[in-house]
Amino acid sequence: MSAVIAEHDEHDEHHHDDHAHGPDKGLLRWIVTTNHKDIGTLYLFFALVMFFVGGSMAMVIRAELFEPGLQFVEPQFFNSMTTMHALVMVFGAVMPAFVGLANWMIPMMIGAPDMALPRMNNMSFWMLVAGVLLLASTLFMEGGAPAAGWTLYPPLVLQTGKALPFAIFSVHLLGISSIMGAINIIATIFNMRAPAMTLMKMPLFVWTWLITAFLLIAVMPVFAGAVTMLLTDKFYNTSFFDAAGGGDPVLYQHIFWFFGHPEVYIMILPTFGVASTIIPVFARKPLFGYSSMVYATASIAFLSFIVWAHHMFTVGMPIAGELYFMYATMLIAIPTGVKVFNWTATMWKGAMTFETPMLFSISFVVLFTMGGFTGLMMSIAPSDFQYHDTYFIVAHFHYTLVPASVFILMAAAYYWLPKWTGNMYNEKIGQLHFWLSVVSVNILFFPQHFLGLAGMPRRIPDYAVQFADWNMISSIGGFIFGASQLLFLYIVIDTIKGGTGEKVSDEVWEDAHKHGLEWTLPSPAPYHTFTTPPTTIPTEHI
Amino acid sequence: MSAHDTYYIPHKATWPVLATAGLLTFLAGFANYLNHSSIGSPMMMLGFAFFIVMLAGWFTLQATESESGMYNAQVGISFRMGMMWFIFSEVMFFAVFFGSLWYTRNLSVPWLGGEGIGAATKEFLWPEFEAHWPTNGPAKLINGLPTKDGEFEPMGAWGLPLLNTLILLTSGVTCTWAHHGLLANKRDQLIKGLIATVALGFLFVTFQAIEYHEAYTEMGLTLGSGIYGSTFFMLTGFHGFHVCVGAIILSVVLFRSSRGHFKPENHFAFEAAAWYWHFVDVVWLGLFIFVYLM
Repeated sequence: MSAVIAEHDEHDEHHHDDHAHGPDKGLLRWIVTTNHKDIGTLYLFFALVMFFVGGSMAMVIRAELFEPGLQFVEPQFFNSMTTMHALVMVFGAVMPAFVGLANWMIPMMIGAPDMALPRMNNMSFWMLVAGVLLLASTLFMEGGAPAAGWTLYPPLVLQTGKALPFAIFSVHLLGISSIMGAINIIATIFNMRAPAMTLMKMPLFVWTWLITAFLLIAVMPVFAGAVTMLLTDKFYNTSFFDAAGGGDPVLYQHIFWFFGHPEVYIMILPTFGVASTIIPVFARKPLFGYSSMVYATASIAFLSFIVWAHHMFTVGMPIAGELYFMYATMLIAIPTGVKVFNWTATMWKGAMTFETPMLFSISFVVLFTMGGFTGLMMSIAPSDFQYHDTYFIVAHFHYTLVPASVFILMAAAYYWLPKWTGNMYNEKIGQLHFWLSVVSVNILFFPQHFLGLAGMPRRIPDYAVQFADWNMISSIGGFIFGASQLLFLYIVIDTIKGGTGEKVSDEVWEDAHKHGLEWTLPSPAPYHTFTTPPTTIPTEHI
Repeated sequence: MSAHDTYYIPHKATWPVLATAGLLTFLAGFANYLNHSSIGSPMMMLGFAFFIVMLAGWFTLQATESESGMYNAQVGISFRMGMMWFIFSEVMFFAVFFGSLWYTRNLSVPWLGGEGIGAATKEFLWPEFEAHWPTNGPAKLINGLPTKDGEFEPMGAWGLPLLNTLILLTSGVTCTWAHHGLLANKRDQLIKGLIATVALGFLFVTFQAIEYHEAYTEMGLTLGSGIYGSTFFMLTGFHGFHVCVGAIILSVVLFRSSRGHFKPENHFAFEAAAWYWHFVDVVWLGLFIFVYLM
């Protein structure tokens, strides 16, 4: 289609060979931007703000649980806090943070000039903001914010006050946002790669996001359908989840977890991708078992669709269902084990150095594995009858989300901030942030295993005195962890403002340009990159 | 791949943020309306009008850019991928309601009737309930309220639904005929085919409206007729909504065709509309089999 090339005249300011074309000035730049780096920055800042909003809610929870008895908040508000903490962290912090990384990094990693559908990219960010605004507005409504848990199970959730339709439409908007973002990522990866960047040469971060995007498109509509049925059950007399009309509340749980299980992998697969990107650079070795990493990611994604009912072992399923979901769930340990083995083997006999991104990545490997093992414990249906809905499950998924997803997001920030800003972060404070975080996160969550095994139920504001000691220790860990994250905020702002003052090189980390295309670009990365595709690509990551 | 360096990257998009504002206003208004707040309806209408204006503006922009040749083949591939994956997300949305129908018919209603793990459920909850399909549940819901012996009449397959099946299948043929016309540069065939497709689409919706009217006024069949009414109206309702959207998209394509838009080698909007129309067609076949026939 060479005939169309000459038609660019009246849009000269868009011309792609114009390397000097910079961003517009002022606030409007950020509202109407279609630049993948701008939108990535918007996503990352939004996620950071939500991380502190959701974190504050966690502080309320830990303060209330510091001692037995009711201290600070009403039980209804406490339940709103557990619900909103989860929704904000999942849909406001972790997912947008990874979409932000995808926006920033994928075009640079595959040698593309931008995302494939830039206008839609802008829209998916603003849809996210709109969705979170609707959700946040429920905090100020008659009857309070949703308090039935982030799973929004009926019939309990149907007792929500005025907040219910707002929460449901918020889920719709967040779903639209995620689907548009995912479509964009898939189109970018399939259609915008530099010719030399074949699929099996793509950095693992790109691979994991490709698979994650597929999961998003497959399951976000499922969640939208489930909450739509909640809406009609509440306001339009349907009886999907009402046995009196022939429906079944357990149906909601099946639909929710058909979405929910892939959803938790949506938060962990890009985590794997970042870890697989960082560890080889600081071990100064190629990633061990590149292709097995790709296949393991695809296997985990496939398995995520056929294991959902392990979240519902105690709901009263037929025994055949219990057995099937138990064995299918255990299968996940195999591809996950492949990954942990590969990260360890990558470090084996490597010339390792321990800068902040690497420290966070190593602690991710160790602590995520622990979260994985407790997951394996709960996959055993008869044992799960003991653990179900206790603090054991709270400890389990927080180990897979906080010292895994969140730590890797921190690692990614430390790893790429010099590329984004052209400035070096303060390594001493970075290390202090790491050590405070890694110690306090274990004080925070490890005792919750004991509490759960001893029978403390989740989502309650008060508890028996026998649980007092470990709860107090957990809360102390929580306060230290929360306060430590202010260091991260400081480092991010400080680095943007100039950091250590030392100008970083293009590759930033020793020999990083052998691992990824982004390190062949100047630091900070120019507003437009790869307007013509690179002809050679690094292969050290394979 | 020389196409790479001419990939069209737009700058300063104003429509997306306006679209978001419109949709947010509409949904916040809808939620207020459901909460019986008086600002609900006006907010909804305002947001909806805003959203429509935005759609018109955004699509006009895209059409103008496309006709002035700013999109190369690679941009076209991005658009096509976008549409394909969007349709996949729609497939998953309908899968939820088909799955719910399957689950209730094959699992939860038999359990309520005492089968398998439902023995205790039957004994302690509704000992008189015998599992059957169609059902409005053990409480015999009519308009969402329990009754002693409330009955409804299920929707048969052989009247309007069969006619509607033939209408949609024919519209699939006329759509493809129009596409052949476009490919062979027979503009007349393109326009006639599109007119027929749009007309059949709206005829389908009209017949469905008649069917709904009959259900509500004569058959006692409403959204509140237990699980049968819930699944029937949600599945056919969401499908009917998609037919409306598809017919509107095809109308826009018809309008653009009449203005001389689209070339045999480049007509993404037509293709997207046709894919969407065929998707709506296939969903209907699923509905006809699983909702009406079985």
